[in-house]
Amino acid sequence: MEQPAVMNKKRVQTGSTTRAFAKPHVIEEWVGKVYTALCILVLVITIGAIVYFVSSRGLATFFVDGVSLGGLLGGLKWEPEGDIPLYGALPFIFGSFSTSVLAALMAAPLGMCAAVFMTQIMPGFGKKVLQPVIELLAGIPSVVFGFVGLSVVVPVLRAIFPGQGIGIAAGSIVLSLMILPTITTIATDALAALPRGLKEGSFALGATRWQTIYRIVLPTTLPSLLTGVVLGMSRAFGEALAVQMVIGNSPHIPHSLFESASTLTSAITLDMGNTVMGSTHNNALWSLALILLSMTFVFVFVVRFLERRNKR
Amino acid sequence: MQSVASQTLIDIHKLNLYYGQFHALKDVTMDIPEKAITAFIGPSGCGKSTLLRTLNRMNDMIPGTRIEGKVAIGGADIYSKEVDVETLRKKVGMVFQQPNPFPKSIYDNIAYGPRLHGIRGKQKLDEIVETSLRSAALWDEVKDYLKRSALSFSGGQQQRLCIARAIAVNPDILLMDEATSALDPISTLKIEELAQELKDKYTIVMVTHNMHQAARVSNQTVFFLNGEVVEFAETEKLFSNPRDQRTEDYISGRFG
Ligand SMILES: Nc1ncnc2c1ncn2[C@@H]1O[C@H](COP(=O)(O)OP(=O)(O)OP(=O)(O)O)[C@@H](O)[C@H]1O
Ligand SMILES: [Mg+2]
Repeated sequence: MEQPAVMNKKRVQTGSTTRAFAKPHVIEEWVGKVYTALCILVLVITIGAIVYFVSSRGLATFFVDGVSLGGLLGGLKWEPEGDIPLYGALPFIFGSFSTSVLAALMAAPLGMCAAVFMTQIMPGFGKKVLQPVIELLAGIPSVVFGFVGLSVVVPVLRAIFPGQGIGIAAGSIVLSLMILPTITTIATDALAALPRGLKEGSFALGATRWQTIYRIVLPTTLPSLLTGVVLGMSRAFGEALAVQMVIGNSPHIPHSLFESASTLTSAITLDMGNTVMGSTHNNALWSLALILLSMTFVFVFVVRFLERRNKR
Repeated sequence: MQSVASQTLIDIHKLNLYYGQFHALKDVTMDIPEKAITAFIGPSGCGKSTLLRTLNRMNDMIPGTRIEGKVAIGGADIYSKEVDVETLRKKVGMVFQQPNPFPKSIYDNIAYGPRLHGIRGKQKLDEIVETSLRSAALWDEVKDYLKRSALSFSGGQQQRLCIARAIAVNPDILLMDEATSALDPISTLKIEELAQELKDKYTIVMVTHNMHQAARVSNQTVFFLNGEVVEFAETEKLFSNPRDQRTEDYISGRFG
């Protein structure tokens, strides 16, 4: 901190000799620094406020209203308006996990194969035609997916399987379509970023294209591919509207994939309007939100972990 | 550097290569002898890598490439329809400018090629890994770390690993495209020595920007200019007594 002051003083005194080393564009520097710092501040405050708000409400269920944590996480009955109110959220937790895991299981192979096709088999056509189409898919609003689910997926399931067609199966199919672009885009980027030299090295040893894909391309990019799957899952986990339209929304653990069920997000969106702020029912919904938020953190950590492994 | 009066292994005749409209190789004709080192020299962009890559058909993968003329290895035209490219590449190994080990262990890097071609037995693979690493003068340095990731080794070690990897599929020919240009002088020297040893068993074709390297290690040298062969001669002759004025200008550093 000594140095600049000395330089400044000298500049005043000796003029042109030290001007050559003076710091130019001081205003630009400061505007940039202050502006970016402000943006970060806004972000941090927003995130902090959300976490604080959700946690304080969500934890009040246990500390103020006396609902037990085990009862909420493990309880099978959700009857907030009953004579003895019951806050068992396990059906929702089960619904959220099963739909998003099934959606990821369906979308991951599809997305990865699409990415392999676009980068390894037909790079030209893939880049020019397929990639924009998939990005378009990512931009479709979730209500449209829900609508398609309701008018196509549900009737088809109803025709083939016993039951009404609504349920976990319909929900996860709709979700898998929604997260397909996420998984495909991340997988495509990962495959495209693979150093050319690795593939050439494999070809030069007499490997065929598919041998190279199986033995070099996929193993090398696996952490990035999994990152895409986890991000897709976290999107599925947080999606409310589309699932809500096709899952049936009854608060039970279903006996089959084709029976009405519910998820954390659909429980929150459906009930939130009917509760009074500060009531136990309302707080219990915040607890569900807290579970969602914690899961998001878990997903972020998993992604971080995979990325770190990828770097090594 | 004694002259090697050996047989022709690679016979290139009136080879023309086009990248789209661009005429990259013009009427290239040469006979490359077996079990010797042939060096390609010439200014940047004159087509050395292009010619090298026609020898294992790596140019096939570049869209818009067209080839006319003949390239025969051991008498067989490698561009004829019956040729299986993978089998050809197994016979014609390649070492690249940047060391490109796979992100696997040393062992798996070497065993990659043999496994591709159907060798499964652990004992057999162990044996191939050891002999290949010994041939590449790397065994003593890595024998205790065979399970370690190849990426954790130095650039020079990685390049020798790539040579070992190429040797492991038992090729006849080794193509080296500026294999030492990313390395320090000591690693470079090691690889040059290695090339000298390997030429007893393999036919080596190397591209180099370093004329001293060509003079030090090769038996024949080819000088290229703008996609044409200007001069092909025994290395000693080409450097001491070039026939063509352009060769003389290049090796004396007057251009390029
Ligand atoms: N994929 C390609 N598409 C179009 N032109 C190419 C391609 N690869 C190389 N060329 C052109 O062909 C010519 C020869 O290239 P090549 O890579 O064989 O040169 P080189 O002698 O190896 O040069 P350097 O010493 O810089 O490696 C160059 O003019 C280059 O621009
Ligand atoms: Mg080159």
